[in-house]
This record gives sequence, structure tokens and C-alpha cells, in this order.
Amino acid sequence: MTMEEIKSKTRQYLGKFFNGQHLNDYDDIFATGVVNSLFAMQLVMFIEKEFSIEINNNDLDLNNFKSIDAVSTLVASKSVVTG
Amino acid sequence: MRVIGVIGAGVMGTGIAHNFALAGYDVILVDISEAILSKAKEQISNNIRLQGLYTREFIADKPEVILNRINFTVDYELLKDADYIIENVPEKWETKKEVYLKLDRICPAHCIFAVNTSCISITKVASLTNRPTQVIGSHYMNPVIMKPVVEVIKGYHTSEETVEATKALLTSLHKEAIIVNDFPGFVSNRISHLMMNEAAFVVQDQVADPKDVDDIFKKCFGHKMGPLETADLIGLDTVVHSLDILYESYQDPKFRCCPLLRKMAEAGTHGRKTGQGFYPYPFYTSSLV
Repeated sequence: MTMEEIKSKTRQYLGKFFNGQHLNDYDDIFATGVVNSLFAMQLVMFIEKEFSIEINNNDLDLNNFKSIDAVSTLVASKSVVTG
Repeated sequence: MRVIGVIGAGVMGTGIAHNFALAGYDVILVDISEAILSKAKEQISNNIRLQGLYTREFIADKPEVILNRINFTVDYELLKDADYIIENVPEKWETKKEVYLKLDRICPAHCIFAVNTSCISITKVASLTNRPTQVIGSHYMNPVIMKPVVEVIKGYHTSEETVEATKALLTSLHKEAIIVNDFPGFVSNRISHLMMNEAAFVVQDQVADPKDVDDIFKKCFGHKMGPLETADLIGLDTVVHSLDILYESYQDPKFRCCPLLRKMAEAGTHGRKTGQGFYPYPFYTSSLV
């Protein structure tokens, strides 16, 4: 999977909650007011299922889930990224 | 106080069992359904795993150690060892009645009963038991583990000893008790349900969509969550139940349930716990709530 594919899937998932509102890859989703920190659990469950990876204790930092960039960096670090 | 009995393994019971186990208590979590207990176990296990997202201070114990403090059971008789009961069965009088008659027979004489309710009269529940001075209301907020305050309700007969014991127990969970008197809906729900209900009316009347309603409360009034997000978090079925109880108790039309809210509850779109409410919650198979 390429970095762009990870970003695209994450963007698509977040899009369901942002109702068409534009989201830059670097935007802090928790600062937007659209989702709150409880949403992070939902996002973790999505990431584990979608990318077949396990988020462990050391990864459980809101900073790893605050933006499309952060999520893709985390996912890439735990999977084989091509291209 | 060592052994905590938690009755009902729904959203609140699961959160309360998790919180007490985390604080080192032995917990007996009772439900009538093995399937619900098994779901509760999975949810607590996941929540323990993910709690590091929100706090670092709680993860001293290994997840399995915390989970092993909870006995998941359908057997009420195990409550013969309980020091303190927190009951979270659905807000239906007939259900509560059946449970309290059973608890009063099984639990030891010193055991305190805390009714975790948002609407039902504590005084009325106490009248079902032979220990009315040891019956108190404790309205935990959702998600239990993240909410530092509990609305504690004194029934007509509740003794000062019971109030003090409840305050001490909550202090051990790092929670503060705000003591109020027994009257339908107490403080929190009497006011918040009017707001959630009216917010649903606003959506029904097409004045604004859910997001805009919530944004007004978040961005204009500084609320952490809007009324419809809150309703989704509580569960629309529970909100409808509570409104019906308020309506019945006060016989006041201001508590009439919004038809849209009732329709959504009947359709099974109950909010976060079912994956759809005023908002979608895809992939939301486990949560703190």
C-alpha cells in the first residue's frame, strides 16, 4: 500500500463525519470542533480494521490520530509501504 | 468496602464495572443475558486497552489484572457478598421492582443500594426494600471513566451514613459527589432532557440540521458537546424513556416527547451504540460508552 492510498482511505473515512467540509492533510481534526476526543477511539477501531494493524499502548497518543498526516505516518510505520 | 455489585451490563453498568475494577475493587457484574455480559467483557477489554488515549495515570495495572477483578455472571445469588450495589437496569418501574425485591432478599444487611437512574424516584425504589435508609441515588455520567462528578440523590429516608459512605466511595474513584434532593429528573435530567427534546423538535421542524444545532451550543455557549450529540451518546431509546417518565411524573406537557425522537428510537437508530443516531458512527463496535 502506498502512503497516498493510506491517506486516501483515511480521508474518505473522515469525510463521513466532516460532511463535505474540506480537510487538509495537516489539519488537527480535534481542533475543528466537528469531532471530539472520544472520536479517537472510533478512529483507532477503523484504522485497526482497515489496515489490519494493531495499535499498541505506545501508539495511544492523541497526537498520532489528530490529522490525516499523523494517521498515515503511524500506519506506514506499522505496515509495508510501497512506492 | 471491597465488593461492588453492578446490576445491568448495558452502557452504564459496563462503564461503572470498568471504573471500579480500575480502582482495585472486586466487582460482580450481573445481567440476565450471557450475550450482553460477553459483549460487556469485550468492550471493557477494549476500553482498558485504549484508555491510554485519554490518560496515562490509569495504566499501571495490566489489562488482564483489571479484567480479572470483574466477575461476569447471570447469578444474582453471588451478590450475597456485596458491600455496595449500583443498579443500572432499564428505567422501567416493573424491571426495577423485580430487581430490588431480589436484591433485598439476597444482599447482606449492611449493603447499600445505589440506584443509577436519571429519572426514577429514589424514595419509591426505597419503599420496595426493608432498608430504605440505605437506598440512595447515584446518577453517573457517560462515559463513566472520564466524568469526574456524580449527581447523588437523597431519598426521603436516606441516612447521613449512607450519604457519607457514598461520598467516600466516589472519592476513592477520584469523583466528586454533588448531593441533591429526590424529585423527578433531579437536576441534570430535568433540564438536559428538555434541551435535547427541543433540539430534536428543531430538527423535525427543519429549522436547522443536527450539526448546526450542536454547533450553536458548542461555538456560542462553549458546551463541549451539543444536545443532539449528547442524545446520541446517551442513547435515543434511553432519552425517550426518561422523557416519558418526566411527562408522567409532572403531568406537564412541556416534557412531551418529540415524535421524531420517538420514531428514531423505534427504528433502532439509538445513536453511538447502534452506529446511527442523529449522526453516523461507522465502525463503532467498541467504545468507552
